[in-house]
Amino acid sequence: MAQVPDENGRFGDFGGRYVPETLMNALLELEQAYKYYADDPEFQQEIDYLLQQYSGRETPLFFAERLTAYLGGAKIYLKREDLNHTGAHKINNAIGQGILAKRMGKKKVIAETGAGQHGVASATVAALLGLECKVFMGEEDMKRQQLNVFRMRLLGAEVIPVTSGTRTLKDACNETLRYWVSHVQDTFYILGSATGPHPYPLMVRNFQRIIGDETRRQILAAEQRLPDLIVAAVGGGSNAIGMFYPFVEDTAVKLLGVEAAGRGVETEFHAATMTKGTKGVFQGSLSYLLQDAFGQVLPAHSISAGLDYPGIGPEHSYLKDIERARYAPITDQEALDALQLLSQQEGIIPALESAHAVAQVIKEAPSLPKDHIIVICLSGRGDKDVESIMTYLGGEGL
Amino acid sequence: MNLIDIKFKELRENNATGLIPFITVGDPDLDTTLDLIIAMEQAGADILELGVPYSDPLADGPVIQRASERALAGSITIQSCIQIASKARQRGVKMPFVLFTYYNPVLQTGIESFFTQLKENGISGVIIPDLPIEESSEVLKLADASNIYLIPLVAPTSNERITRILANARGFIYCVSSLGVTGERASFHQGVEQFILDVKSQTELPVAVGFGISSREQVQHFSGICDGVVVGSAIVRKIEDSIPYLQNEVNRAEGLLQIREFVAQLKD
Repeated sequence: MAQVPDENGRFGDFGGRYVPETLMNALLELEQAYKYYADDPEFQQEIDYLLQQYSGRETPLFFAERLTAYLGGAKIYLKREDLNHTGAHKINNAIGQGILAKRMGKKKVIAETGAGQHGVASATVAALLGLECKVFMGEEDMKRQQLNVFRMRLLGAEVIPVTSGTRTLKDACNETLRYWVSHVQDTFYILGSATGPHPYPLMVRNFQRIIGDETRRQILAAEQRLPDLIVAAVGGGSNAIGMFYPFVEDTAVKLLGVEAAGRGVETEFHAATMTKGTKGVFQGSLSYLLQDAFGQVLPAHSISAGLDYPGIGPEHSYLKDIERARYAPITDQEALDALQLLSQQEGIIPALESAHAVAQVIKEAPSLPKDHIIVICLSGRGDKDVESIMTYLGGEGL
Repeated sequence: MNLIDIKFKELRENNATGLIPFITVGDPDLDTTLDLIIAMEQAGADILELGVPYSDPLADGPVIQRASERALAGSITIQSCIQIASKARQRGVKMPFVLFTYYNPVLQTGIESFFTQLKENGISGVIIPDLPIEESSEVLKLADASNIYLIPLVAPTSNERITRILANARGFIYCVSSLGVTGERASFHQGVEQFILDVKSQTELPVAVGFGISSREQVQHFSGICDGVVVGSAIVRKIEDSIPYLQNEVNRAEGLLQIREFVAQLKD
């Protein structure tokens, strides 16, 4: 399999750098700095140190025995990214980019956020490294995720409400890019997903691949073999690509991304980019995209603010096109049901994002043989969602 | 010969600087856009930028974002934006048109079909703000084949990229006055004059400046050092302010006149 991306940031047809000229030199400088430090053992040591001593890695690979017995099929393991400091995999990337920002001499960082997890991770790392941090967040998401807004402020970050367009993650990304264009000379953009212009999809993948690297060691130790199936939720796709990437060459390991079907892929209210999208250029790269026939981007919908995004990282589009990974949609309701089932079977309340991955496994595991091994990337914990879940369930579901 | 060349030749002979207004097509509706195009030419516009409204205009500030939203609420497509040019020609408009569009609507139209449509509708150039030189080779090839100019943006941060951008430039060079998105501003990037002069010294093509230029004083200031001045958000804001007039039969002519006078005084 060819090494992707190529020097122009292309994963097959996908990726690239579709940004205003004002940003081009900043992206080239970032790419150069990243390449330089990626080969610097001290840089990697600093990251490893923080991942271990600050974020608490490695995260466990937990055998979900009761869920396995309940579903009656394949053995299910959970990669516990929810046990990271700040409660999700987002910190892996924020630590990497934060240290890179510091090495590049940037004192100010900006970030976009949907559910607030990347915003919290960026605010956390900024506090740790003594950087000034601004987080752009859609007004709608600020309502859905008030707790995370407060956490970011508590950490010393400035949260900037985004009132343009859909007032969710998509427009938070636009606004962060607009701010970056104006402040490109002294500001580092900590992009949270495996999306955007080159080198971000490459960089984010590499900072997140620790998920898959650890999983590989852990499953070999536990089962003396690789899993049959790996499942992860995809919005932009950073936890999924970090989980998938170390297994891409192992073609016996099936890779399955789970996207948000919202109220159903047959309605207008979903974020099922792979199921319903077509190729388009959006926020800096060519990838699958929810759009109309004239190239206008369509608003997405998901109960999960982190998956509520009409685009997807270019490497996922590539993996789909070469048929190395497949992608399945899960509705809001299925995710809510899965969240409750996992909570009650294993005592783990997953983030709504991660609950989508669990929901797909609930569908597939029962019909798989008992000696099959599935690993779910449990990308985040559900604390941030408890309030909105309460509203959704209205007491009835419990 | 491309109309843009003819226009700049004429401007040079008259020792004049071109005024290049920008309007968002379909804001507030297509009929008004057609009347506005005519008003722009009457006001002394030399070239007109026709902005294609887009759902995610990341090079644009709030004024043009709002204009895009208004236009998209009326279901404007890139095709209707292109066709407005030939409708304006039928109404006697002579100035060259440049389409300003983000890349995705071009890609979804199909690049080849896009240039065919531009040619058929009498549009002379295109500006694609999110298509840097690294990604533009195919677009440039097809633009050249249709004798339509792909006009490049050069930013104050372009530095050593300028030579490469100029090597593939067509029509004129669009210098971005400041770091940031479109929108009126009181001050420009420090050293913007030197930046424009640097660009001018490296090309035979006309050089225009834009982003943030909103007043007659600013137009005059830049007229001294470049061949064209783009005014966008200030005009779009004027249109926004006039919508209550424009959408009312009784006051429509007055609304158009106000906008025309605003554009005319920029040039005086």
